Amino acid sequence: MASSLIIGQYVPADSVVHKLDPRTKIMMIFTFVIIVFFANNAYSYLWLTVFSLSAAALTKVKPRFLLKGLKPVWFLIVFTFLLHLFVTREGDVLTTLLGFPVYSGALIQGFQISLRFFLLILVTSLLTLTTTPIEITDAIETLLHPLKKIKFPVHELALMMSISLRFIPTLMQETEKISKAQASRGVDFKTGPLKERIQAVVPLLVPLFVSAFKRAEELAMAMEARGYRGGEGRTRLRELEIVARDYVAIGLFLVVMVGLFYLRT
Amino acid sequence: MTLNQVIFDNVSFRYAEDQPWVLKNVSFSIKQDEWVAILGHNGSGKSTIAKLMNGLLFPDEGAIYVHGMEVTPETVWDVREKVGMVFQNPDNQFVGTTVRDDVAFGLENRGIDRRIMLNRIEDSLTSVRMSDYLFHEPHRLSGGQKQRVAIAGVLAIQPELIILDEATAMLDPRGRKDIMMTVNDLREETKVNLVSITHDLNEIVGADRVIVMNEGEIWLETVPRELFKQEEALRQIGLDVPFTAKVTNRLKDIMDFDQQPLTQKELLDQLWTFHSKK
Repeated sequence: MASSLIIGQYVPADSVVHKLDPRTKIMMIFTFVIIVFFANNAYSYLWLTVFSLSAAALTKVKPRFLLKGLKPVWFLIVFTFLLHLFVTREGDVLTTLLGFPVYSGALIQGFQISLRFFLLILVTSLLTLTTTPIEITDAIETLLHPLKKIKFPVHELALMMSISLRFIPTLMQETEKISKAQASRGVDFKTGPLKERIQAVVPLLVPLFVSAFKRAEELAMAMEARGYRGGEGRTRLRELEIVARDYVAIGLFLVVMVGLFYLRT
Repeated sequence: MTLNQVIFDNVSFRYAEDQPWVLKNVSFSIKQDEWVAILGHNGSGKSTIAKLMNGLLFPDEGAIYVHGMEVTPETVWDVREKVGMVFQNPDNQFVGTTVRDDVAFGLENRGIDRRIMLNRIEDSLTSVRMSDYLFHEPHRLSGGQKQRVAIAGVLAIQPELIILDEATAMLDPRGRKDIMMTVNDLREETKVNLVSITHDLNEIVGADRVIVMNEGEIWLETVPRELFKQEEALRQIGLDVPFTAKVTNRLKDIMDFDQQPLTQKELLDQLWTFHSKK
């Protein structure tokens, strides 16, 4: 069971995208999310599609995993397309579908919007596919570092995130243990009306919360005993480093951006 | 001159004013290089002693000195620099997401340079035989392995004193044996100052001295060999001697022992040489 507990959807592979500094990845993806909205003609969309697909290919993640990540949003993409197809009334009437007239402008609009949607999801999922949660945490801590000036608890936030990540598997194992213990005493989690099934969760949650609080208390004591006194004067084992690879990636991304603004009308 | 590493001077402690004393006028000292076991059943105050030693709690009466410093809210961080502690629950003291990160935690807190950190992590994990698990997550380790990582985390900060607060209590027999082996090896290699707190008499065999606690008071201060002779008295305060000691104590009616055997091997040696000595 333990091996299936990979948090998020990180897929380990030896690719250049995996090796990129998480900060580089977060910044590029963040920018991409914004510039996607600047594409407004076929060339600019093609340009972004080429970029996204080559980025996806560079990760060496199997297309199967990529599609799995997109699974929950397929419906939304198709729905957006159909909505635009029937609602937009621009250009010439091409044909009638189910009694509705379909305009040429609608076809283009529907296609563009759902493509934009697809590219957004694809590129953002590349981040979680190629970056471990702890790397993302580290990146967030360093990227948010300037916020320290306005007393935003950056270090504490990052520590909370990493402790949560560390305890997810532990608490999941515990949930399983408690649910088995309660099932053996006759609590039925799987059958019966919805109301009863919701009530059955209570004997699961109460012991889980009690033990989680006890854990938190003991962990805090252990951390104190190990000399933890906040973020001041702390050094870090995991160090993020921007190397040549990252500069090349940022350079290429700038080319994509400049290209996009050249191609759009 | 041997320095007294830890001194408890008439220490009394209770959790709240309206509650009974957990510790009553406890005085003892622990010398440098010494391994002292603190023994007692549940509620005897033995874990409170551990928490007092590195300032997780402060005494209501009396004073505690660790490495020449009195433990007070002002000195507590300097004391913790020198005292490493391993707790009972293997899961609730594992802070890092991987073995390497967890060992680093104490070093990061002390602001130690990254390059030194990497060396120390490697060395300390090697001495607890966990260096092959550098990037393992805690849920892929057994309880005994997690406790070994906890010991490595303590070793990495190079403390003057290591406290094991019932570090084996939640482990299976195999994990327990494993931890005791690790601790014994450590003692042999480094002569580190050790305080182990336990209710299991099997675990005091390697100690230089034993302090037996009962109802918040020191009941007896002796060496393991002497303690094993007191089977009856120990049973009255809720402690059980190991099988070896039981056998020896029964055999005493019919044969003489040179000395109280501590381990099964010592007992066997005395038994098979018994006849030839007569």
